[in-house]
Amino acid sequence: MPQVTGKKRKGILGAATLVFIIAGLYWGLIKAPPDAYQGDSQRIMYLHIPSILTAYLSFFLVFLGSCLYLWKREKRDDNLAHAAAEIGVLFTALTIIEGSIWGRPTWGVWWTWDARLTLTAILLLIFIGYLMLRALVEDESRAASSAAILGIIGFLDIPLIHMSVYWWRTLHQPPSILRPDKVPWENIHPELLTALAINFVAFVLLYFYLLSHRLRLSEMREEIKARRMN
Amino acid sequence: MKLLRQTLLLLRKDLLLELRRHESLMTMFFFGALLLFVFNFSFDLTPARVSELAPGLLWLAFLFTGTLGLTQLFEGERGNHCLDALLMSPIDRGALFLAKTCFNIVLMGLVELVVMPLFWILFSLPSWQPLPALFLIVFLGNVGFCVLGTILAAVTLKARARELLLPLVLFPLMVPVILSTIRCMEALLRSGELGDALPWLRLLIGFDVIFLTVGILIFDWVVDV
Repeated sequence: MPQVTGKKRKGILGAATLVFIIAGLYWGLIKAPPDAYQGDSQRIMYLHIPSILTAYLSFFLVFLGSCLYLWKREKRDDNLAHAAAEIGVLFTALTIIEGSIWGRPTWGVWWTWDARLTLTAILLLIFIGYLMLRALVEDESRAASSAAILGIIGFLDIPLIHMSVYWWRTLHQPPSILRPDKVPWENIHPELLTALAINFVAFVLLYFYLLSHRLRLSEMREEIKARRMN
Repeated sequence: MKLLRQTLLLLRKDLLLELRRHESLMTMFFFGALLLFVFNFSFDLTPARVSELAPGLLWLAFLFTGTLGLTQLFEGERGNHCLDALLMSPIDRGALFLAKTCFNIVLMGLVELVVMPLFWILFSLPSWQPLPALFLIVFLGNVGFCVLGTILAAVTLKARARELLLPLVLFPLMVPVILSTIRCMEALLRSGELGDALPWLRLLIGFDVIFLTVGILIFDWVVDV
């Protein structure tokens, strides 16, 4: 049996991502029926929901990587936190952009100070701050431990921010799939749910594809630095 | 007990230094008073509207002055490797954290003791009666602000442009404190009863307690080089 190298694994991951993205686009744009009330603009949800879920996954990985780094002091964990933060910021920004494109025809405004919107925007700001801190501390191990602390605090702060902005105001659509009063498949049309599921898998695959490349980039940077030193 | 004693010792050192130099306190106080003047030009603060706007304006002024204090918080330790010396001495890192936090709380409290009555005088607010309860709320807000602020001031200590970086990382994390303090003050000024502010007050106290604990636990890693 041929050995599966890192490069090959990435190739397989990339191909799977591509297949799922195409399937997701087909399902979301063509196969699924338009929403009864919102019409075609609802189709943006097939991207909006997967992108915020992957962003959350990402911030959890930042937390995990940060904890592991402080505990074991291995550069690998710090690289994970750094890479996850970068991609998390990207996906959060995408979520906000997609949301405002959807909000304009549906709510009539690009942006509103609703609880969930505000929470997402604050998350974006926290992790932009995280990346800025990384960029501004020159000493590498110092940057890693400072960032790890910020990553942990940022993650611990999320429930508190969540609570405070929810008490403050709520306008966002209540969740349509995970509702306490009904089982998931009764709430929405099965075609819509399939489209959402496929897109979600596509986004998770895309996420790990980007993450693996970003991690490789960190490794290469370290290799170059090590060679320059010698 | 040992932690408390060490904290008081470190706090005494910082207060003594401040008493001799008057650097932080004076700049913070004048900046706070200055902001009141700026507010006067920026908003139409008629007596009818001022009660409505007072919580936001006051807390904003305190946040800015507090940030000013935080950027100077470790200034005394930066020169001559004083921080390294402190870390080498047999002092609990938690005590260092508590002392620095308390120091900034004291500075902010002193500034507020002057600025808040000044606000009442300058904008002729109708009733002085809610002022003591307002001090209590603002004090709890200060605790939350300084606890998280001290951790982040230490985290950004070795960064380039750290005075600019600190508010950028601090303010998004501070949202629960900002929101709950302002809502508490609003509820108090509306009805004059502290009881109306209770849900927000609980959130604020919860925040204070959580981050105080996290701070004491995590500070070992924060100042580690």
